[in-house]
Amino acid sequence: MRSGLLQAGRGLRWYLRQATGEAKWDEYVARCRRDGVEPMCRRDFERHRTDHKESNPQSRCC
Amino acid sequence: MTVTTEQPTPGQRRKMTPKSMVVWGAVALVGAVCWSALALSRGEDVSALWILFAALSSYAIAYRFYARFIAYRVLQVDDTRATPAERLENGIDYDVTDRRVLFGHHFAAIAGAGPLVGPVLAAQMGYLPGTIWIIVGVIFAGAVQDMVVMFFSMRRDGKSLGQMVREEIGVVGGIAALIAVFAIMIIILAVLALVVVNALAESPWGVFSIGLTIPIALFMGFYLRTLRPGRVMEVTAIGVGLLLLAIIGGGYVDQMGLAETLTLSPEKLTIALVVYGFVASILPVWMLLTPRDYLSTFMKIGVIVLLAVGLVIAAPVLQNQAVTDFAIEGTGPVFAGKLFPFVFITIACGALSGFHALISSGTTPKMVAKESQVRMIGYGGMLMESFVAISALIAASVIDQGLYFAINSPAGATGGTAGAAAEFVRSIGFTISPADLTAAAQSIEEETLISRTGGAPTLAFGISLIFSEAFGGGLAAFWYHFAIMFEALFILTAVDAGTRVGRFMLQDTIGNIWPKYAEISWKPASWSASAIVVAMWGYMLYVGVTDPLGGINQLFPLFGISNQLLAAIALTLCVTLLIKHGKLKWAWVPGIGLVWDLIVTLTASYQKVFSDDPKIGYFTQRAAYQDAIDQGELLAPATDMGQMQQIVTNSTVNGTLQALFASLVIVIVVNALIIWAKAIRAGGLPTTEVPKQPSHLVAPSDFFATKQEKEAVREWEAAERERLVGGRR
Repeated sequence: MRSGLLQAGRGLRWYLRQATGEAKWDEYVARCRRDGVEPMCRRDFERHRTDHKESNPQSRCC
Repeated sequence: MTVTTEQPTPGQRRKMTPKSMVVWGAVALVGAVCWSALALSRGEDVSALWILFAALSSYAIAYRFYARFIAYRVLQVDDTRATPAERLENGIDYDVTDRRVLFGHHFAAIAGAGPLVGPVLAAQMGYLPGTIWIIVGVIFAGAVQDMVVMFFSMRRDGKSLGQMVREEIGVVGGIAALIAVFAIMIIILAVLALVVVNALAESPWGVFSIGLTIPIALFMGFYLRTLRPGRVMEVTAIGVGLLLLAIIGGGYVDQMGLAETLTLSPEKLTIALVVYGFVASILPVWMLLTPRDYLSTFMKIGVIVLLAVGLVIAAPVLQNQAVTDFAIEGTGPVFAGKLFPFVFITIACGALSGFHALISSGTTPKMVAKESQVRMIGYGGMLMESFVAISALIAASVIDQGLYFAINSPAGATGGTAGAAAEFVRSIGFTISPADLTAAAQSIEEETLISRTGGAPTLAFGISLIFSEAFGGGLAAFWYHFAIMFEALFILTAVDAGTRVGRFMLQDTIGNIWPKYAEISWKPASWSASAIVVAMWGYMLYVGVTDPLGGINQLFPLFGISNQLLAAIALTLCVTLLIKHGKLKWAWVPGIGLVWDLIVTLTASYQKVFSDDPKIGYFTQRAAYQDAIDQGELLAPATDMGQMQQIVTNSTVNGTLQALFASLVIVIVVNALIIWAKAIRAGGLPTTEVPKQPSHLVAPSDFFATKQEKEAVREWEAAERERLVGGRR
């Protein structure tokens, strides 16, 4: 029971991090580490990501 | 690496296990019982749960059998084929995304105010027509469209609907589609904005809460940009907390002495919205749009979940009739016209929405990991949207029907006072006393509920009834404004995002002639394009707000028809592609939806343009008022010559747009018919499908991974780790 709840909580956290894009940063850092590259700071990384949205607006439906 | 996910090939079908036969037999039984209960009960107390479970069991069966059939037999999804997300991965728009996460993204993008508002208005014809169309329509048309468009776009590296129409049907059809998409977007923005104006007019509490969302979003934007970049969950939690405070705070506008200042007329709100729309669309996205999007997505999912839970706990009894006389006579005050074709037009988004084809092509297909996932994301996402529409229909049907008509009839009919409204409601065959009308408004701390058209106040009132019943605690006023906030929030997000999309389309189109104009970073271009788009929907909004005949009953049919016409374009594309791929025998799959949609929308368009009834036909209406003006007479509900003139102008504009949309769709369909004939004669035609490249990814297809899929994913992940570690050495 306890471990089931714990797992559900972990699953929810994973889902939210993925859905909000927070996990992107972790993935990026992991990729850099793997490739032996120095990652840029989080501020620049997030800026880069949001600025991309500027030129790619996604429509929201009715 | 071979892919071991289950994939029945044509001709070799898997037999169902006895266990799954029992389970699906039970689901079918529940569905049959619920549908029978709905079909047989008349005049007695009918529980809303019959509708809810009829819907859920029908969805489950459709998803399990029909969607699966479409995926594996019709489209022949191929998981050994790499998707654009895998082949072109760039971490930005092409990005392999977990199927459940993508389902969430896709649903958040397609779900908006449409499926909430449409069913509320359609409730004027009773709960049964709406229920049947929302469920049957989504299964055979709406979800099919979303899934098939997504599949074809995915096979073409995520091309947009307009691009595909141009390349697969023809240049004429392509240009018509481009104009149609742009024009329809303007109408949609105007009608959505009109819903917000009607919900906030004369409501200081609503204006206070919604107004505060702007500073809250700005704060979140700066927080993410400078204070703690990337901490989206943290800032969304703060934002939602502030949002709830803003709703609670709205209850104290009187004590704060702001009530007077914040009681805004519809005209003032229109100006405020137009200014907001322009400013929001030229600000950087991180400042307002992105944080607002987080808030509205959170609220959207939250309210939908709460509503589903609330409905089950409260198990309300439907107050609405199964089928009202308005369905047969076509004389309803909410919108004119008979059940056929207008119930289909009005419900629109919850059963079939052309707008989804814009999301299903372009954005989502670039993120799909495996081809077979289009079933859960495209078909499944739309089933979820349909469920939202069913909930909205129930919320509108649990309200006392006298109150429903007092809220939803235009001010010209109800006269705006409790006494006159009660008299009007009596004249159309329902009853409510003036005292009850006033009491209903007081229960949610609004000045009045009379003629609060647009669907949002009705829905919010229904939601507050259900939540008060389910969760107790005398919080009706809070729940009402909570629901208003939830709708207004994502309509404003849609207005901002839609204006941006419109601006890009405009810049792109003008850019064909004057390349400099297409540069996104060139301020004069982006500002002027934004201004043009805002001016267009702003004008239509103004037309709706000031229309003496009632904006919603004049504009909503135009909105519904244009959305359904866009669906006709998307379904035409689906049929065309199946035929071009040599799958003529499967063309009926999107074909059923297409034929029905064309019958409905072209009949509705014909009636709106040519009907002799001035309540339905825009041009007959125009003629009636013009004749009266020529004779110097006033026709009700106009009270002066200015209003008479306004009605003449508005009906001309609406009628012309209506005729334009229908003609554009006919152009596209005729263009497609030529291609069909050619393709049938040749047994297929080449298309722009990207040739197959083998996939190296492993991922499950459905919401829940099977044991074999989990095993395959584990093996693959282990091999990947091995490969990456080895690669570095």
